[in-house]
Amino acid sequence: MARITAGVGCSHVPAIGVAMDQGITEQPYWEPVFEGFEKSREWMKEQKADVVFLVYNDHCTVFDASCIPTFALGCGPEFAPADEGWGPRPVPVVKNHQVLASHIAQSLVLDEFDITVMNEMEVDHGLTVPMSVMFGDKTVDDEWPCLVIPLCVNVVQYPPPTGNRCYNLGKAIRRAVESFDEDLNVVIFGTGGMSHQLQYKRAGLINKEWDEQFLNRLTSDPVALSQTPHVEYLREAGSEGVEMVMWHVMRGALDDEVEEVHRHYHVPASNTAVGHIILENVKDQGMAK
Amino acid sequence: MALKKDYEDIPGTFVFDADRGREGYQLNQFCISLRLQKNRDTFGENEEAYLDGYKMTDEQRQAVLDRDWNRLLELGGNIYYTSKLAANDGINFQQLAGLMTGMGNDAYRAMMVAGGRSPEGNRYQSEWDDKEGDA
Ligand SMILES: [Fe+2]
Repeated sequence: MARITAGVGCSHVPAIGVAMDQGITEQPYWEPVFEGFEKSREWMKEQKADVVFLVYNDHCTVFDASCIPTFALGCGPEFAPADEGWGPRPVPVVKNHQVLASHIAQSLVLDEFDITVMNEMEVDHGLTVPMSVMFGDKTVDDEWPCLVIPLCVNVVQYPPPTGNRCYNLGKAIRRAVESFDEDLNVVIFGTGGMSHQLQYKRAGLINKEWDEQFLNRLTSDPVALSQTPHVEYLREAGSEGVEMVMWHVMRGALDDEVEEVHRHYHVPASNTAVGHIILENVKDQGMAK
Repeated sequence: MALKKDYEDIPGTFVFDADRGREGYQLNQFCISLRLQKNRDTFGENEEAYLDGYKMTDEQRQAVLDRDWNRLLELGGNIYYTSKLAANDGINFQQLAGLMTGMGNDAYRAMMVAGGRSPEGNRYQSEWDDKEGDA
């Protein structure tokens, strides 16, 4: 049977992708951002993940305002990096585990999560930046070392789904994965955040204390954390900080008992606080190694 | 019964809700069209003619032509859309924030390197009103 063994929380700041693509990660501004992912890349290799289930949002790149699905599951064979206005990122096309994706699509709807099925979709920095920071530099001619199932969440037009809904969706994703016969090790990513505001006169807001309590409670108090009202993200973590609801999908898909095995936090990358955490299911520890 | 908008008292912030999405629809659809190089080329050749393809209000249209980044948000634009117009002009997210905050690029960047804008005094509109009252 397929299993979700671990979760990764990770910011997906576009400038991080630009820094990798331009080869400037060793500059003093960027060095402390990337230092925190060195251990993560080792960890990622050790997991030998077959599939990454990657929760992210599109930033008005692939989805325009004509259609705004709250949850859209990537079910097509592959997903090419999108042109976001500067040309597509020079990273590999993402390949799906299409049979598992269609299984999850069917399971979720019957489990009363009425997701949108995407049979054709490009992906923006929300998906490619977490891949790059966790797997390291790749060119268009390389391949990502594992398959990826994208779940795209609306966090642009208010309201995004509630943290509670996201947490419970994580549980439904877990049920779907565990009802799949093939033996697969699945790692789930929840991406976006941490505190940041990109717009208008309050742009640049960063709330380190708030971000840190979020990271702490992800391990120790996830259910109460998932009840955080939207207005608290907007006020305390900036208007774009509300992206963090996506981390609850990741947390919901894990066991109640997890161990934090890695954390990284740095301000700034461009306008944003970079946050990153790795959580392992205690009972699955060591199984993939 | 009207929905309660408990986020309207956050200073210096537009929450892009369904009402704003409705008001800004044509403006935002114009902005996202600039994601593609062929559209950026056409827009570059004749901005006015390109804008004729979108039924936005006169105010929205003028704000586009003026590159009035804050006005675009006031009129229903969303930052992820307006950033496509900025990208067309060679302006990245951080430079755009320098413009929207009126701080300029260097001061804004320095604020971020120093840890960003503190939430202290920046949570409620009333805190900003007090500051203006003092000034
Ligand atoms: Fe994002």
